Amino acid sequence: MGLKTPLYNKHVEAGARIVDFGGWDMPLHYGSQKEEHHAVRGKAGVFDVSHMTIVDLRGDQAGEVLRRLLANDVSKLQDSGKALYTCMLNEHGGVIDDLIVYYMDDAWYRAIVNAATREKDLAWMRQHAESCGVTVNERAELAMLAVQGPAARDLAAPCIDAEWREQALALQPFTGMEAGDLFVARTGYTGEDGWEIVMPAASAPASWDRLLAAGVAPCGLGARDTLRLEAAMNLYGSDMDENVSPLEAGLGWTIAWQPADRDFIGRAPLEDLRANPERRRFVGLLLEDKGVLRNHQRVIVDGKADGEITSGGFSPTMGKSIALARVAAGDYDRAQVDVRGKLLDVRIVKTPFVRNGQVRIEL
Amino acid sequence: MSDLPGDLLYTTEHEWLRREDDGSVTVGITDHAQAALGDLVYVELPEIDQDVDSGGDMAVVESVKAASDVYAPIDGRVVAVNEELADDPEKINAEPYGDGWIVRLQPTSDIDESELMTPDAYQALLDEEDA
Repeated sequence: MGLKTPLYNKHVEAGARIVDFGGWDMPLHYGSQKEEHHAVRGKAGVFDVSHMTIVDLRGDQAGEVLRRLLANDVSKLQDSGKALYTCMLNEHGGVIDDLIVYYMDDAWYRAIVNAATREKDLAWMRQHAESCGVTVNERAELAMLAVQGPAARDLAAPCIDAEWREQALALQPFTGMEAGDLFVARTGYTGEDGWEIVMPAASAPASWDRLLAAGVAPCGLGARDTLRLEAAMNLYGSDMDENVSPLEAGLGWTIAWQPADRDFIGRAPLEDLRANPERRRFVGLLLEDKGVLRNHQRVIVDGKADGEITSGGFSPTMGKSIALARVAAGDYDRAQVDVRGKLLDVRIVKTPFVRNGQVRIEL
Repeated sequence: MSDLPGDLLYTTEHEWLRREDDGSVTVGITDHAQAALGDLVYVELPEIDQDVDSGGDMAVVESVKAASDVYAPIDGRVVAVNEELADDPEKINAEPYGDGWIVRLQPTSDIDESELMTPDAYQALLDEEDA
């Protein structure tokens, strides 16, 4: 028996196939993973992401602590509710976790981190925050729903008090706000428009029922993975971990190099790797033949078999298999993948594969 | 869980077999197997006339979630494959015991039914896995 979110009974009620996910009993799908995927691309779906860890950092020095802890720079966040995607690195420049951090006010930041990394994240944050008088408070009493898809915000709007609704609908991408006892943000992990809504655990079941009644499809972890893969959004533990630099995981864009004197943890090894022409590439792959690319399959470029698929699967939107892979440095646009002993041809493509319902690469 | 067809034999690898009147054997995966795999997206079929050994790899079924080998339940020669699965692998999800059949084999040695499971024995295996 694993940990259960406040929506566990709702998942069972909706016919979920429950699987263990980092110690949590979570829905894999409610019948058809592919139909859930298409619901999000075409209309709206809701994911229970209450297993994720919400952390409030409070104190006058909170901003300064995060400028040292995170590879992206929270001083970019000037307006309340503005969010930043970033990695938290160790001294070797490896990724402890990837997270979203919201600036609430000068003495309050909210971070949302992965479930499987909860304990080490909290320990690392506390180690660097408490000596500066910043408290690190996990908000385990909160639930979170991700409502995603082109119709998601319209269909989810009634879940928000009338008093706040208009303002919530006007939220810009990657921005959040408090709405009574809710926290609403225009963020997600699918490549579609939508909201992530943080709420007291006790109100989660009623919000869930309301969304389903409005025609929002319940979606499980399976669809969440194929959607994020099409959107080329990294998955911690698959695409990067403590032994991988963000520079070799396609996350160079999340590193704030300026100002040059900001001494964030992991900066020095990152500077070295940045100057290294042998640094590995992180690329998208499209399998032109039939078959399915899977995690850990070998990728062969220029006769060298030292590349590896970090996330592979089948794209329901494209009807083809796609992958994210870490490959040797070099300029090439084709490769081969060892799929169960057969070498199949793949094309190296610019990601994302799919965004806002549209296929973004040439098939 | 739906009732198991009574005219089939089963394996511990969640495959089913039907002995046809012409002596050939049709093979597919069970409803339990398709449900565990989830939506199928690709099926790799063997070549016609290929010889297979009991217990050896014969085909691969891949779902959105995972790839899974289909093992030959008997020694035989492949006499037919379900070509329709190439374009519509989800036939296996929809009708695992019907249009979702995978391979037809001509046995190349006597079939030892004691190696296979009756519907009752297979149901007992499923009940045990659920427990």
